[in-house]
Amino acid sequence: MTTETSSIWKKAFSNGLIAGALCLLVILVGLVEAFGDTDVISGMVTLGDIILLIPVIMLTYTSLRGSIEFPKLTMLGISSVIGLISGVIITLLILLGQVVDLRPMFVNASPTLFNMLMRGVPLPLGALVPPLTCILAALLTLGIYLIPSRLRSAVIQGALWVVVLGTLRDQVLIIDILKISPIAFVLKRIVFATSGLRPFGALLVFVIATGLVYYLGGRKKGPAVIKSPKVVKRNRIILIAILAVIVLSLPYVLGIFYSEILNTTGLFIMMGLGLNIVVGFAGLLDLGYVAFYAIGAYTVGVLTSSGLGLFHLTFWQALPIALLVAWLAGIILGLPVLRMRGDYLAIVTLGFGEIVRLLVLSDWLKSFLGGTQGIQSIPPPILGPIKLDTLQNLYYLILIGIGIVAFIAWRLKDSHLGRSWMAVREDEDVAQAMGINLVLTKLLAFSTGALFAGLAGTLGAAKLTSVYPHSMTFIVSINVLVLIIIGGMGSIPGVFVGALVLVGLPGLLSEFQEYRFWFYGLALVGMMLFRPEGLWPEARRKLELHEAEEIIEPPINDATSAVQ
Amino acid sequence: MAILVANKVTKRFGGLVAVREVDLEVKDNGIQSIIGPNGAGKTTFFNCITGFYNPEEGDIFLEGRPITGLSTDRVTKRGISRTYQNIRLFKNMTVVENILVGMHPHLRSGIIGGILRNRKTRDEEAAALEESLQLLRFMGLGGSGDLFAKNLPYGAQRRLEIARSLASKPKLLLLDEPTAGMNPSETQETMLLIRRLRDELGITILLIEHQMRVVMGISELITVLDYGAKIAEGLPAEIQRNATVIEAYLGRGSAEAIAPSSKPIQPTETAPTA
Repeated sequence: MTTETSSIWKKAFSNGLIAGALCLLVILVGLVEAFGDTDVISGMVTLGDIILLIPVIMLTYTSLRGSIEFPKLTMLGISSVIGLISGVIITLLILLGQVVDLRPMFVNASPTLFNMLMRGVPLPLGALVPPLTCILAALLTLGIYLIPSRLRSAVIQGALWVVVLGTLRDQVLIIDILKISPIAFVLKRIVFATSGLRPFGALLVFVIATGLVYYLGGRKKGPAVIKSPKVVKRNRIILIAILAVIVLSLPYVLGIFYSEILNTTGLFIMMGLGLNIVVGFAGLLDLGYVAFYAIGAYTVGVLTSSGLGLFHLTFWQALPIALLVAWLAGIILGLPVLRMRGDYLAIVTLGFGEIVRLLVLSDWLKSFLGGTQGIQSIPPPILGPIKLDTLQNLYYLILIGIGIVAFIAWRLKDSHLGRSWMAVREDEDVAQAMGINLVLTKLLAFSTGALFAGLAGTLGAAKLTSVYPHSMTFIVSINVLVLIIIGGMGSIPGVFVGALVLVGLPGLLSEFQEYRFWFYGLALVGMMLFRPEGLWPEARRKLELHEAEEIIEPPINDATSAVQ
Repeated sequence: MAILVANKVTKRFGGLVAVREVDLEVKDNGIQSIIGPNGAGKTTFFNCITGFYNPEEGDIFLEGRPITGLSTDRVTKRGISRTYQNIRLFKNMTVVENILVGMHPHLRSGIIGGILRNRKTRDEEAAALEESLQLLRFMGLGGSGDLFAKNLPYGAQRRLEIARSLASKPKLLLLDEPTAGMNPSETQETMLLIRRLRDELGITILLIEHQMRVVMGISELITVLDYGAKIAEGLPAEIQRNATVIEAYLGRGSAEAIAPSSKPIQPTETAPTA
């Protein structure tokens, strides 16, 4: 018993140390300071505060979850210990900062930051501020932990809504549809302050969100009503119709700022769908995927730009040529490369990506590709009387592109060819022993992927009306790869989710841009630990069950009887 | 009439001669075995037949046509199919999908058909699915078609691997230790199954096997390899009394010790190798 008790405290102690270390990390990389000016609740809580306290909250929560049978007093002790230790660690950092100048090593460790951590209280007394805040956060976590589960999840989601809305105050207010007068009035006078939420607004958001989640969570608990297939089909049609209306009206409902984000996300979705065929379906690790985007974009640029003045094709004339060039590039690169496996393939494709980037940067090809300046004044696509030069118009063009690409990917996934790709992914030798021509099969995956990236490239060129070599860096390839991994390898909806999470969300907050790769790393590690199959994992089609509906006699389950 | 003829096949890995001038004739519609101690070159010989390895010397003919040096996929299309010593299924695909991949040589639809999903493609897919499910039922795997292959029990995985190799409708089936790791009743079932494959589907079978009960029970002709070379060939009863074979398995001197008793020997996998 005593050993058990002492181990509990040991665990609390070590979790406190971990929380403290994570707090230090968050502080020293500059996250707290960077978001210290972003008010969530005006004058009370900043996003920096919340980011600082996330480690404390998370570790308190995990400690409590392991101690489900402990008396409340022990839980109180555990929470306080974790809060105290992490707070003291922060204080130690502040005190150290008074004695030694930490800035040569940690650029962010400035007096402003320390002042922020002490919430403006001068030093002798200010040293107490971090421990107190951390303990408060830990106790709050305990409080939330003790609420019954249905209410607890409602409260957590309510709090999340407060954080999200408070952080995105500016972004919410520029949504076009919310600029209509009565809504705008309510939002500006009651909910939002000049920065973040008003305290009353925060309470309002919290209560409404919590109430809604609680109510909806309660409704689901009723006995499941078995719906007839007709009703299910009708419901699905209604759902798709609603979704279509929302998707189609997005750029005008949300406004230009969001259209830009949507368009960028859209291009990444398109590339993601293409790379998903190469990496997700066929298992060929391609690290130079951006090269095909570049080839598509540059082909359109060269063929249409009036600045370069080589050719004067329209966008629509250049499009098929650009697609053909990208596709051929996929085949030309694929032919020699696809005999390699795994790591070797990755390295060679990486090299190819760099070669393409260096070629378009080079002075040697400057008269054709524009060198470091890139290609400007690419005319926007013209569709009848409509000039597709606004972000909102381009949104629809990109949407159509995504539609085509997603349709092809979806059809191929369940086709004869899709199965061959997956067999190659699973075991190359055995796939070949099944009669699959490896070179041809891989080449089809590689060139289809290249084609999709080429299409994204042409639309990207039309969107920017220019092409820059600096936007064709290795990191774009990695970006696309990461969004596939986060979304779920080989999963088509996963690509959409991954792109929205990794490209769309960071686009909302300009402060995030600087820390984007920090979050990528965090997200990747987190995913590998907790959900390696991705946010929306690949699902295999049920072929036998589907068939069984039509079979009159029930299939004899001799598999179980035959084994053992 | 021989369906497969191997003529002085030699495969070297650097200085090591893994298969040395092996001659083999597999009779049409027969069940034949290759046995030999561990490392005798049995699997390497299989790999030479299926085109996974390209033998340095010798020729291999299937139904009189040379297949030496052809790539694995083309050998499969000619009508040879195989299973593996350590099960190699497509683990993250469903059972039906495994079979459908096995049907590859008979499916014609390409990338365009896959995208458009036109009538021809749909008909082909439906027929292939129907055929796969039939095959699954034949192999006693009906009802588990939508499971991931990795989730099947061991014995069922072995049977799925055979089912997948049957899907390409081979003329010759190479089984690499089909009963490895099975208990006696599973082994018995597998033996029955192998006979059924020959009798009902008319497939010629060549197998590598360590369990002598299986080898002696179903083989019509046995070839013995040791150190890459063929040391004996004959009917099960002849092989059991062959002094060279006993020596290869149990070491020099064993033949004299065992042969006088004229009892059939039953070396198992754990038997000491030469």
